[in-house]
Amino acid sequence: MTDPKATVSLTIDGRRVHVPAGTSIHKACEAANIDTPTLCWAENLTPVNVCRVCVVEVEGSRALVPSCARAVEEDMIVETDSERVRHSRKMVLEFLGSGVDLSQADELAEWVDHYGADLDRYDQPGLPAQRMNEKPKIQDDLYIRDYDKCVLCYKCVEACGDDAQHTYAIAVSGRGFDARISTEFDVTLPDSACVYCGNCIGVCPTGAIQFKTEFDMREAGEWRPEDQSVTTTVCSFCGVGCNLELHTQDDRIVKVTSPTDHSVTQGHLCIKGRFGWTYVQPPKRR
Amino acid sequence: MFGAGGGTSSYREIEEAEVVLLWGSNARDAHPIFFHHLLKGLDNGARMYAVDPRRSSSAKFADVWLGLEVGSDIALANAVGREIIAAGLHDRDFIERSSTGFENYRAHVDPYTLEEAERLTGVPAHAIGEMAHAYASAETAQILWTLGITEHHNAVENVLSLCNLALLTGHVGKWGSGLVPLRGQNNVQGGGDMGALPNKFPGFQDIDDPEAQAKFQSAYGVPLNDMPGLHLTLMFEAMGQGTIKGLYVIGENPADSEADVERARKLLKGLDLLVVQDIFMTRTAEMADVVLPASVGWAECEGTVTSSERRVQRVRAAVPPPGECRHDHEILGELARRLGVNWGDPSPQDLWDELRSLSPMHAGMSYERLEEAGGLQWPCLDLEHPGSPFLHGWLYEEDLGGRQPAPFSITNYEGPKEQLTEEFPLRLTTGRALDSYNTGVQSNAFSSPIRYGDEIDMNPDDANRLGIGDGERVLVSSPRGSVEMGVRIQADLPQGLTFTTFHFPELVDTNMLTNDEWDPRSGTAEFKAASVRIEKIAGAGFDADG
Repeated sequence: MTDPKATVSLTIDGRRVHVPAGTSIHKACEAANIDTPTLCWAENLTPVNVCRVCVVEVEGSRALVPSCARAVEEDMIVETDSERVRHSRKMVLEFLGSGVDLSQADELAEWVDHYGADLDRYDQPGLPAQRMNEKPKIQDDLYIRDYDKCVLCYKCVEACGDDAQHTYAIAVSGRGFDARISTEFDVTLPDSACVYCGNCIGVCPTGAIQFKTEFDMREAGEWRPEDQSVTTTVCSFCGVGCNLELHTQDDRIVKVTSPTDHSVTQGHLCIKGRFGWTYVQPPKRR
Repeated sequence: MFGAGGGTSSYREIEEAEVVLLWGSNARDAHPIFFHHLLKGLDNGARMYAVDPRRSSSAKFADVWLGLEVGSDIALANAVGREIIAAGLHDRDFIERSSTGFENYRAHVDPYTLEEAERLTGVPAHAIGEMAHAYASAETAQILWTLGITEHHNAVENVLSLCNLALLTGHVGKWGSGLVPLRGQNNVQGGGDMGALPNKFPGFQDIDDPEAQAKFQSAYGVPLNDMPGLHLTLMFEAMGQGTIKGLYVIGENPADSEADVERARKLLKGLDLLVVQDIFMTRTAEMADVVLPASVGWAECEGTVTSSERRVQRVRAAVPPPGECRHDHEILGELARRLGVNWGDPSPQDLWDELRSLSPMHAGMSYERLEEAGGLQWPCLDLEHPGSPFLHGWLYEEDLGGRQPAPFSITNYEGPKEQLTEEFPLRLTTGRALDSYNTGVQSNAFSSPIRYGDEIDMNPDDANRLGIGDGERVLVSSPRGSVEMGVRIQADLPQGLTFTTFHFPELVDTNMLTNDEWDPRSGTAEFKAASVRIEKIAGAGFDADG
C-alpha cells in the first residue's frame, strides 16, 4: 500500500503536476485541466482498461499506456497530445465505429470531431464492415438491449457485479467477434438473475442498454435532449436518501439517473428508484 | 436511550466496520443502496451475521445466518450479552465511565445461557457464542435493524436489548461502530425531527419542558397545549371509545395499512368526519367526506427530507402538479385562513428558516449549505458546524461532555403475543419485496418483471404435509379473518414459518390476518407475528379437472 499522504510529482505535457500517490494518470491530467477521452472508465467503477481510448505516452515505456488504470510515478514524463497519442486515439475510435453504432455515444462525439476520426473508414463499398445487425431485445417494459451499439466496455458487467450490485446477472460470453454481454445461457432478462436495478443503464456509454421510455420516444422521434432539464431530488421509496436526477421533457419525467459524485448512491439505484416514478404522472394521476 | 431518536452512524462507516450484525432487516431488498455500502464492507473483509427468521436475500450474504424463532430476539440479545461478560470480553473502562446499571444487567441476563437461548430461539448455542465473541472482539462493529425488531408488541424492549450490547462493548460513539435503525420511508426520520410526534416540538424538544414551551409560544405568538397528543394506534383506540370523532389524514392509507384492517375500516366508517389529503384516491380517500388532492413531495415540491444517516437533503420540484393538486403547506395555510388565522404565504424555504431558528440541531443547515454539501447530518449547530457523521462521541469523553451516563436496560424475553395453537399452528410474518412499497399505491404503477404478487411463502415440508403444491390457491386464516392466496414453496423458509408481503391489498387483504396487539411505548403493532392456518380450497381440484 502506498502512503495515502505521500505526494508524487510528475510532468504532463511539459507542466509539473503534484498529486497524491496512487492517483491515476487520468486523474492527474484532470487535476492539470487536461481533458482525456474515456469510454470504459467511470468515476464509480474499477478500471478494466479495455477500450484504449484514453492512452497516453509515458517516457521509457515502449507501448502507449491506458491513463485510467496506470498510477502516477515520481518524475514520470507524460505526453497526452503527441502525434502518436492523437493517431492512436483516432484509430481506436475508427475501429470502434467500424463494427458498432456509435450514434448515441454522446460522450465520444466531441472526441470523434476533435481527432477527425472517420467512423466509416472501414466500411467501404464492396468491403462492408462486419456488424451484429440484430434487432434490439425488448423483453419487458423497463429497458431494452441493442447489441448493435455495444462496444464491450464491460461497464454493465462491473456495475452488475463486484463494483456495485453484486447480482452477477450478466457476463461476457464467447470469443472474438462472437463475444457479447449475456445472461446465463442467454436466457431472457426476466428469467435471469437480474433484479432490474438498471445500474447497467446508468453506466452504459453508447445507449446499448437503454430505458424503454427513452427507446420508445427515440423510435417515435420524440426524444429531444435539447428540450430536457434535470432536477436533483430524493427518492421516496425508503429511508436511505438516494439522490435522483429526474430528466424531464414537456413537464414529464422521461428517465432517472443518480449523481456519481454523491456519497449515498455513487450513481447507483434500485428498481424502485430508477423505475418507480411512473405513478407521478397521468394516466395514474389527473 | 442516549437521548436522540436517530441512527448513530453514517453509511460510509459500515464500509470500514469489522463486524456487522444485521438484525431483523432484509436491507438487500428493503434498503438496496444502503446494502451497497454494506457490500463494500464485506468486500473489505467484514464478517456479517444475519439474525432473521427467514434466510432472506440479505442473509445469503452473511457469514452466519441465525434463524431465530419469530419474536425471540430478546432471548438472543440477552444471551449474547451474558456470553460477552462470561468470556470477559466486555469493555470495562467504557462501562465504568459511560454507563450505569451494569451489575443489575449482569445479574438479569445470567439465566440466559447459550443453551437456554438455543431452547428459546432455536439458534444453535455455538452460533450465538460465535456472534457474541466476534461482536465483542472487533475494533468496530455495528448493529443494524429494521421492522423485524420494531413491529412487535415489545418493540422498545427489543431495541433496548440491542443497545445494551453496544454499551457492553463500547460499540457506539466512535467511527465505524454504532446502532442503526434503517428507516422505511424517505422522511420517517424527518417527520420525527420536525416534531410530528405526540410529545415533541421540532428538534426532539419536549412539549412539557417549560423552556421549550416558552420559546415556541413566543415564536408562534399563541399559547400552546402542553398535553401530549396521541400516536396513530391510540387514535384508533380513541375512535373505538368514541372520543375521537373526526380525523384528518395526510399521506397515509390506514384503511389498507393497519393491522387487523377490518377493525380499522369499521372505526374509520364510524367517524363523523374524515378528511384525506393525498396524491391518490386511496382506499382511505374513498371513505372520506372531503378529499384534498395534494402534490408529490419529492417530484412536485420544494423542501427537505432526512435519511437514515440523519442527512437532511433537498427535494425539488421537477414537474408541476396535475389538475387541482396543491402543495401540502398551501392546503394547510388555506385551511387556517378559512378558520380565521392568516399565516401569510410562506415559501418552503421560509418555513425551513423558521424551523432553524427554533431547532438547535438544524440551526446551521441553510438551503445554500445543503445545496453545496449534498446534504448535512444533524446535529449541525451553526453555519460553521460541519454536521455530525456519527452521534454520541461524548460517551468516549472523560467527563461525558457534562452528560449523564447511559443506562443499561432490563429486558425480558416474552415471545409474540399470539402463541401458536392447534387451530392456528403456523407462524405468519410479513415484509417488503424488492420491487414494491407498502400498500402499493405508488409502486404498483410500474410494470415490474420480477413482481410475484399476492403469494404466501411456505416451507416445502409444511406444504407437503398439507398436500399443497407450488402455485396452488389456498385459504389462509388467522383468529381475525381469512383470505385466499397462492402458495410459493420456498426451501429457504424454515418449517413452521410462512411469509407474505402487503403490497397488493386489492388482491389480498394481508392485514386481515395480522395482529394489532401493539407496543404501549411505541404504538407499533405486531405485524411480524400472527398465527395462521393454511387449508386447501375445497373444490379447487374439481375446477382444475374441468
